[in-house]
Amino acid sequence: MTLLAVKDLRTEFRTDGGWHAAVNGVSFTLEKGEILGLVGESGCGKSTVASSLMRLLPGNARIGGGSVRLDGADLTALPEAEMRKLRGRRMGMIFQNPMTALDPAFRIGGQIEETLRAHLKLDRATARAQALSLLQAVGIAAAEERLRAYPHELSGGMRQRVALAIAMSCNPDLLIADEPTTALDVTIQAQILHLIRSLLVKDRGAGALLITHDLGVVARVCDRVAIMYAGEIVETGPVAAILGAPLHPYTQALLRAAPSDRAARGQLPTIPGRVPPLTDRPAGCAFRERCGQAVAVCATPEARARHLPMPGREVTCVRHAA
Amino acid sequence: MTVVAVRRRFAIDRGTGAGAAIVVVLLALAAVAPFISAGNPETMDFNAILTGPGGAHPLGTDNFGRDVLTRVLFGLRVSMAAAIGSVAVALLIGVPLGLLAGYRRGWIDAVIMRPTDVLMAFPAIVLVVALAGVFGQNLGLMILTIGCVYAPIIVRVMRGAAMEVGTALFIEGARARGASHLRVMVRHVLPNAISPVLVQASALMGVAILTEAALSFIGLGVQPPTPSLGLMLSEGRSYMGDAPWLVIAPGLGIVLAVLGFNLLGDGIPRLFDPARRVRS
Repeated sequence: MTLLAVKDLRTEFRTDGGWHAAVNGVSFTLEKGEILGLVGESGCGKSTVASSLMRLLPGNARIGGGSVRLDGADLTALPEAEMRKLRGRRMGMIFQNPMTALDPAFRIGGQIEETLRAHLKLDRATARAQALSLLQAVGIAAAEERLRAYPHELSGGMRQRVALAIAMSCNPDLLIADEPTTALDVTIQAQILHLIRSLLVKDRGAGALLITHDLGVVARVCDRVAIMYAGEIVETGPVAAILGAPLHPYTQALLRAAPSDRAARGQLPTIPGRVPPLTDRPAGCAFRERCGQAVAVCATPEARARHLPMPGREVTCVRHAA
Repeated sequence: MTVVAVRRRFAIDRGTGAGAAIVVVLLALAAVAPFISAGNPETMDFNAILTGPGGAHPLGTDNFGRDVLTRVLFGLRVSMAAAIGSVAVALLIGVPLGLLAGYRRGWIDAVIMRPTDVLMAFPAIVLVVALAGVFGQNLGLMILTIGCVYAPIIVRVMRGAAMEVGTALFIEGARARGASHLRVMVRHVLPNAISPVLVQASALMGVAILTEAALSFIGLGVQPPTPSLGLMLSEGRSYMGDAPWLVIAPGLGIVLAVLGFNLLGDGIPRLFDPARRVRS
């Protein structure tokens, strides 16, 4: 069942020259019980997608068009007060840097209880008991004691567990994880990803949007993946299919550039050129100038059409036009 | 609990402890002045004009034969009331405005900060003198006036701290959990940003004591015969050569009060930072 349906989402930032789209016509869907990876290099707009879904954009940004439907209801049209009731309740979010994601002035327990009490109207004792079982669920030892700890007394991995406990405290339908493991070492990373998969997605049937630039993470936990480039999704499909046989030249280049045992012995391949700046996006395919396979039609608007070369896969590249 | 134990409990260093002790003692003295002093600070005794310290008058008498110790104690009341009252006024005005400006930014920030900057461009004492001239010269008005004049300083410090804390990830995290802007400001930004404001406030306490003293000194503050430390300095000035105790006693009172508040202010950040607080 479709949990989240994003259609033609356009998020714009104000610059001296006017409004420019950092997210330019992004569409994807997320099913219940599914983890969708959103992959792209720094500055491609993947975090802006996350902020747009939560409607927590900075003051110089706005949603310029498109729709975000959560169980059919368009979030972009919701009044702020309604949106606020959804945040933390039906949509949980965790961030890249667990070191600063918790309020340093309050004890862990209080921060979990705050969310529970605000959304579920629990009394103090019930909230406390709930907080304790949440901490235990995310695998924190001596949970009772940790409830009274301040964030600075916990390690990065523990803090991310606490952040996850807060995000899942109200049984959200959707978890948005913005590079949740980038700042953690590999073993902790695996544990956190496993928690997201087992606790939230498998046990509770929630959907998760996992934003990352790490294809290894995608291979390990995601069901499907969407590849983003310069504010657009260039390719979507099941993880195994995309990692095994990428269709878009950018995905192919990205996979070649991923460090592997083979590459570690020689020089790591890179993608030549750079992402076109926000204020100067070309009319056709944004990857055209870095693509080794570009043809004349790539410079026309036609190049931005989506094609469905096989069931479950979508690619924005003229080479795959039927 | 011993002094050392108290200091350990609150992780207070020597300087902060000394500052706290000075402030507490001065506040206590000011509070109990009517009960411990020999008589009325305004009672004159023309048989004991300008007598030196000792005997019935431990700190001597002034040119009207009034007991200097009694007057210093009562003067301390005025100074402390002026300091605490005016800083409280400055905080009440400055903290909400600075918090709002620093957290919301944009046009709200501009609307709050432009007038604040204009006020800050004037030297404080000039504003206080002008306002005191317009609104008259009772203690309550003086406290309000000094408070209003120092509010922009609190606004600035609060705004800066709120701006810094406002960009922290945990603020976005709180929003992502469904907290309203008001709740985020009060529950998450304020506790993490208040420490520099309190340091500034304690420094302002000292400044406010000096401002009250200065106002009274030039005749715009507390009016005679009510004693105030500044007024006593002003009145004692003419007899300074023959009766130095007339200026030494209130002068020392001012110095001690300012020193106490400044030392106390240095230790405040520690009290508000869980990471630097010693867990017991």
